[in-house]
Amino acid sequence: MSNHEETLIRVEDLKVHFPIYRGVIRRQVGSVKAVDGVSFQVKKGETLGLVGESGCGKTTTGRAIVQLYKPTAGHVYFRDIDLVSLKEEPMRLMRKEIQMIFQDPYASLNPRMTVRDIIAEPLLAFGMATGKELDTRVKELMRLVRLDPDFIYRFPHEFSGGQRQRIGIARALALNPAFIVCDEPISALDVSIQAQIINLFEDLQKELNLTYLFIAHDLSMVRHISDRVAVMYLGIIVELADRNEIYNNPLHPYTQALLSAIPVPDPEHYRRRSRIVLEGDVPSPANPPSGCRFRTRCPKADEECEKGRPEFREILPGHFVECFKAEVPSPLKEVTFEENSILK
Amino acid sequence: MTEQPEMIPTGDNRMLDEVFSDRKITWLEKTLGTDNYRIVKGLFKTPASIIGFILILIFVLIAVFAPAIMPPVDNDPFKMPRDGYSGEPRGPGAEWTRKVPDMPFWYEPLTGKTEMTHVLGTTQGQYDILYGIVWGTRTAFNTGLLVVAVTVIIGVVLGSIAGYYGGWVDNVIMRITDIFMTLPYIMMALIFSAVLTPVLGRSLWPPLIAMTTFGWMGYARVIRSDILSIKERDFVLAAKVSGVKKNRILFKHVLPNAIFPTLVLASLGIGEVVLGFASLSFLGIGTEVGYADWGQILSFARNWITNLDRYWYIVVFPGVTLTLFVMGWNLVGDALRDVLDPRMRGKI
Repeated sequence: MSNHEETLIRVEDLKVHFPIYRGVIRRQVGSVKAVDGVSFQVKKGETLGLVGESGCGKTTTGRAIVQLYKPTAGHVYFRDIDLVSLKEEPMRLMRKEIQMIFQDPYASLNPRMTVRDIIAEPLLAFGMATGKELDTRVKELMRLVRLDPDFIYRFPHEFSGGQRQRIGIARALALNPAFIVCDEPISALDVSIQAQIINLFEDLQKELNLTYLFIAHDLSMVRHISDRVAVMYLGIIVELADRNEIYNNPLHPYTQALLSAIPVPDPEHYRRRSRIVLEGDVPSPANPPSGCRFRTRCPKADEECEKGRPEFREILPGHFVECFKAEVPSPLKEVTFEENSILK
Repeated sequence: MTEQPEMIPTGDNRMLDEVFSDRKITWLEKTLGTDNYRIVKGLFKTPASIIGFILILIFVLIAVFAPAIMPPVDNDPFKMPRDGYSGEPRGPGAEWTRKVPDMPFWYEPLTGKTEMTHVLGTTQGQYDILYGIVWGTRTAFNTGLLVVAVTVIIGVVLGSIAGYYGGWVDNVIMRITDIFMTLPYIMMALIFSAVLTPVLGRSLWPPLIAMTTFGWMGYARVIRSDILSIKERDFVLAAKVSGVKKNRILFKHVLPNAIFPTLVLASLGIGEVVLGFASLSFLGIGTEVGYADWGQILSFARNWITNLDRYWYIVVFPGVTLTLFVMGWNLVGDALRDVLDPRMRGKI
């Protein structure tokens, strides 16, 4: 499973703060700390899933990595080049390697451009093909994402949602990137289509040796496609581990609550499981709680948790948690997430 | 067993128009592109917009065929012919004795008379009203289109730079725009006209320059705000991620999608400019006395306003013409807005 050696992307203490202005002279009174110190690595060929509820900062993280938003602090190393430090033109050249697939299949395609123009645009931006050659390459890409190449001169509004997403995928693949940030690529699609697109993602990854950062909020979908999973809450990563490890042995109380909320179509199971319901609402990212951010809703919080942000430590090999209260269950045994004994 | 029918793929592999298979693509759609074709089609849907287009078409025909409708008398066709110098206006059907133009083609069949008369009457100073209206149409188009074209270009350039590049450039341009906007339009146009007239002589140019200088701000603000919102759309971000250069994104992605509200304003603006020009002429600032312009004719009615039951023709004819012209452009502008608005709301 995780036999990936080379580290392709290394994110170090990434912060994205959006200033809040108030008053006639527009003084800065505070900031929305959308991403507040996020660190992780993605190895070549793997899929890192990034999950969290809406507003936790995962989309902002994805966009900051691709430098669509300028990070307020931190570093994003792609093969040891710090993208944050690059000026506009060098960064533009890096775009050949780092691409992005967007969430909304309706908004991410220019309604006034044909499919051919949309997919050809990256190729034209770097002068990689022209004329007949360009058309050939575009049709090749369309076939790759399982779109009929005959539709090359159609407009986006003539396609369905799933097909538009395929167009977006074809566009992202045009430059043969090494790394693709997938920002909730299937959330806007029908459930039946989601499966098709996810399979497409997996096939493409095998065929083209791609590396994905897969941002989503659907935990079961992430489980299917990811090698490792990172869980975000209020701008920070609270847990990061191998896929099976996280689903079978979640150590952060937030992850445990999230996993307990996954619907399972089995009445027997529902009778048996103990569902953790978090109290309260997510605090505002402009004013996160002091100490551990999760303490206002955490079933295990106590005075220790007010004292300062916990360390993001490697509690088990490859399993990182940011929590004062997380502990390795003893004796260590494999449990399924339905019967997580820590909770009883 | 008979031959198996071809498997029809289910789910999402069918194009939408395999499902709705009767859609024919006309040649017009192919040339304009599906997007623009829909706009053009939408423009002709309501009766109001069709009336607007017809009105404008009529005015275009009048302007184009002006020499045939009312043959010019002078070297400069825009000088209205004067039948004498008497002060009192004469009504429709009055005799035309001095500076008579050639008989236009429609005169005899329409009126049945063999001698040329003032079909719509004369103003004070004996300027023929019909002549003024016909050649005034040319003036209206010239001034309207010119001023709108220049103000739109100025506004779009400034507004695009401000909206797209942001930062201190945005601030500077917007403060300049604010300053211009605080100055009252008619007053500034008047002052500017009056100042320029001794410099440039009494012609079209002082009021044109005045109106252009103070008429671009609306377009700048509208395009800037549209650009600010379109800039954040996913497809613009996608272009950036695809490696497209910043300037190319502006011209290829942002402007074509942001320009529509500005176009609506521009079509409404032609009516405004012509009205404004007429106001300036009415107030005496503007073209020279005797220039074929609707506002000019109206200005000759100033002294006779108290007796409008007798001298109604000086006001009614140019007034109705002006109203119809502005209304035509307003209807077209409204139709354009209606076509674009649901499109923006519903589709994208």
